[in-house]
Amino acid sequence: MPHIFRAIVEPGLLSSGPVRTAILVGTVVAVTSAVVGVFTVIRGQSFAGHSLADVATTGGAGAFLAGVNQFWGFLVVGVVAAGIMELIGVQRRRGRDVATGVVLGAALGAAALFLYLGTQTSSTTGASFTVLFGSMFVISPDTVPALIVSGVLALVVVAVLSRVLLFTSVSPEVAAARGVPVKAVGVAYLAVLAVAVSLSAVAIGTVLSTALLIGPAATAVHLTKRPARAMITAAVIGTAATWLGILLAYDSYYWPPSRRGWPVSFFVVVFVVAAYLVSYVRRPGRRPPLDRATEPGHDRDEVTVCSPA
Amino acid sequence: MMNTWIAASVVAVIAGVTGFFAVLRGSSFAAHAIPNGAFAGAAGAGLLGFNVIWGLAVFAVGGALGIAALGRRARQDVVTALALVLMLGIGALFLSFSTEYAEVTYSLLFGEVFGVSSGVLLPITVLGVISVAILALMYRPLLLSSALPEIAETRGISSRRMELGFLLVMALATSMTVPVVGALLMFALMIGPSAAARSFAKRPGQAMALGVGIALVTVWAGIAASYQTNWPLGFYVGVIAAGFFLAGQVWTALRRSGLRHPVVYARAGGIRI
Repeated sequence: MPHIFRAIVEPGLLSSGPVRTAILVGTVVAVTSAVVGVFTVIRGQSFAGHSLADVATTGGAGAFLAGVNQFWGFLVVGVVAAGIMELIGVQRRRGRDVATGVVLGAALGAAALFLYLGTQTSSTTGASFTVLFGSMFVISPDTVPALIVSGVLALVVVAVLSRVLLFTSVSPEVAAARGVPVKAVGVAYLAVLAVAVSLSAVAIGTVLSTALLIGPAATAVHLTKRPARAMITAAVIGTAATWLGILLAYDSYYWPPSRRGWPVSFFVVVFVVAAYLVSYVRRPGRRPPLDRATEPGHDRDEVTVCSPA
Repeated sequence: MMNTWIAASVVAVIAGVTGFFAVLRGSSFAAHAIPNGAFAGAAGAGLLGFNVIWGLAVFAVGGALGIAALGRRARQDVVTALALVLMLGIGALFLSFSTEYAEVTYSLLFGEVFGVSSGVLLPITVLGVISVAILALMYRPLLLSSALPEIAETRGISSRRMELGFLLVMALATSMTVPVVGALLMFALMIGPSAAARSFAKRPGQAMALGVGIALVTVWAGIAASYQTNWPLGFYVGVIAAGFFLAGQVWTALRRSGLRHPVVYARAGGIRI
């Protein structure tokens, strides 16, 4: 039995500093993303979640250029972009989609500029790769406290807001009629989303942070009816995917073809998507209310092909 | 330099036409996910020694099929996000195997529009004509299905089939344009100009034509500015497109402030809460 265990878990896994950091940060990121992700999925804001991660690329590249810690770049630009998205009017589903797209397009343009300027001023051509795909094994230890604090902060805000947030997510009209400030809740939520996404952007890269935000939450929403249970399920799935990903990435240093190791993000994504597909295939005939409440078309906006005459 | 102008203009026309439907259908996320995910295919093709176009085409079409198939029974935006993430995860794996990742990543994401060879021009143009022709054939049913899906269904137009058709056209357009302008630029060109055009035009045909026009102006101005300053084209295109969108928003707001009738108001903005 110990032999089998040793074949799966390479000796020295837990005594390696970078791996311990990766496990710690990975867990914080997985839990935060999963909890925030449940609301993201219910509110149908996957695109905003992914965009904020991508937009954070701009902040990461800018911070890289300015010589500041990337984490702060991610955070500042993420929160600003969330504010702009809400400002352009993300209440309407289709308007939201376009507003998100335009902010994303402009931010990516700026990212292109920063990355270009970065390659001009220094010889680190790996910058774009690091910013986009990240790596859990190269997190600098002085970032860890900031990561944990902002993760906890995001969780606290979501916990405080959870009832209101759920209400405005499932039926915004009724919430507005009861006097809930729907717009303010939306802004607060997007700010939390920006924090959570910046967090995972540092850990597994801006592009792949979407995986931990959407995958576990979407899986959990398929599996359970209750919001609280969905959050716990999502956190468990996200954490399990992250741990398995770290384990396999550590093992993969002995794998072909290059013996340089396979990226953690690849494994995490594969597990997350596999979990989603299993829940998709196994889902019951009747869709759980959480998922059904906000399905596309349920609260479809009035459609204007062009601006009316 | 001539090649750059021609290629960029062709790409702008394709982006304007497909972007019109992308904005109308609210599928900006798919417009972002398909080119971006296809970039992973290019990395794979580079690793295996195939032509980059094949990798892009396989991943773009695979992504489109996956989104359309899984989107039947689940939330479209969730499925799109996961399809994108899976493709990029595989892309990260491919890139980690290859040794020249940084340059490849940068050029595929942000494009190499100033390095267009004349050999690429013909295939781009042919594929561009094919995608625009398919959209022209689908124009009326696709327009109805995008604006009023329920009514389209009662007339026998399957919205699933329209969705699949549209995503496949987007995949086709993507696999040709990504090596030239990059995944990110293609997205900015599709959404910004078309969204801006919708604020100015009154009829769908006008909106599409205006969208193409704005996309062309954006690209041309971007190339000129990029050539002068040596800053990346993606930056200029992203910023100019966002500027047009902002102008459209301001224009709509100005006009709307003149409208007083509540029904007209509600129609103009969708009902706000």
